[in-house]
Amino acid sequence: MLVKKRYRISGEIPSSSMADIAFLLLIFFLLVSTIDPDKGIGFVLPGKGGEFKVNPKNITNVLVNAAGQVLMNDKEIPPHEIHREAARLLAENPLMIFSVQTAENTKYQDYITVIDQLKLANATRISIADSE
Amino acid sequence: MAIKKKTKLKAIIPTASMPDIIFMLLIFFMMTTTMRQVEGLKVLLPQAKKIEKVETKRHISYIYVGRDGVISIDDKLVKIGDVSKVMYSKRVADPQLIVSLRADRNVQMGVISSIHNELREADALRVNYSAITANY
Repeated sequence: MLVKKRYRISGEIPSSSMADIAFLLLIFFLLVSTIDPDKGIGFVLPGKGGEFKVNPKNITNVLVNAAGQVLMNDKEIPPHEIHREAARLLAENPLMIFSVQTAENTKYQDYITVIDQLKLANATRISIADSE
Repeated sequence: MAIKKKTKLKAIIPTASMPDIIFMLLIFFMMTTTMRQVEGLKVLLPQAKKIEKVETKRHISYIYVGRDGVISIDDKLVKIGDVSKVMYSKRVADPQLIVSLRADRNVQMGVISSIHNELREADALRVNYSAITANY
């Protein structure tokens, strides 16, 4: 019985196009990667001369003093509890405007914490009052 | 008279190693280029939780505020009163301008308020307070 020998399949990976593949991968990752995207809190400042009267019922004054203490509607609130209070106020009145007022020597970090907390409560209407 | 034809010289450049050469050149240039090294001031960014990424890098212009209240725009120190002038020209050049405020967390709010007013003056209203993710 004569069995024809099957031709041998060579077990080699073709390496001639390896460089091309590496090249393509490299180009792909170069294009796709972005260097250190900027992260932060987006905010839109009120336009110039855009001061207008609003119903006092729709305003919550948020005062921040130099020591980082926060007064919200004449009630002192720990800075990291602001989002709860803000969420509660927003649930009561969806049109609520939060007017953040800082002192001249308030730290920037405290201001950012307040804005951050208001954003956590999904407050969209945040205004900043001039520091006095 | 039969003159024997000279052997023809083959004028082929070997192209098999072309990718390798390009690859090496690429690697070389990648290694030797350096990113822009000095930009702005050394600031300790404030921490925040609800942080969002800025979609484009193209329309961003940075204002650095150092912890002692020094303001720097485009690697130049700027006096507080001149911020609106500088930003206005940028705003005119690019109406979609987003101002990224990279201020130190210990800056006093007086400086930031002045910058706010200057930006309002310049009609550059889209601001991004640069921050790092808080881990409290």
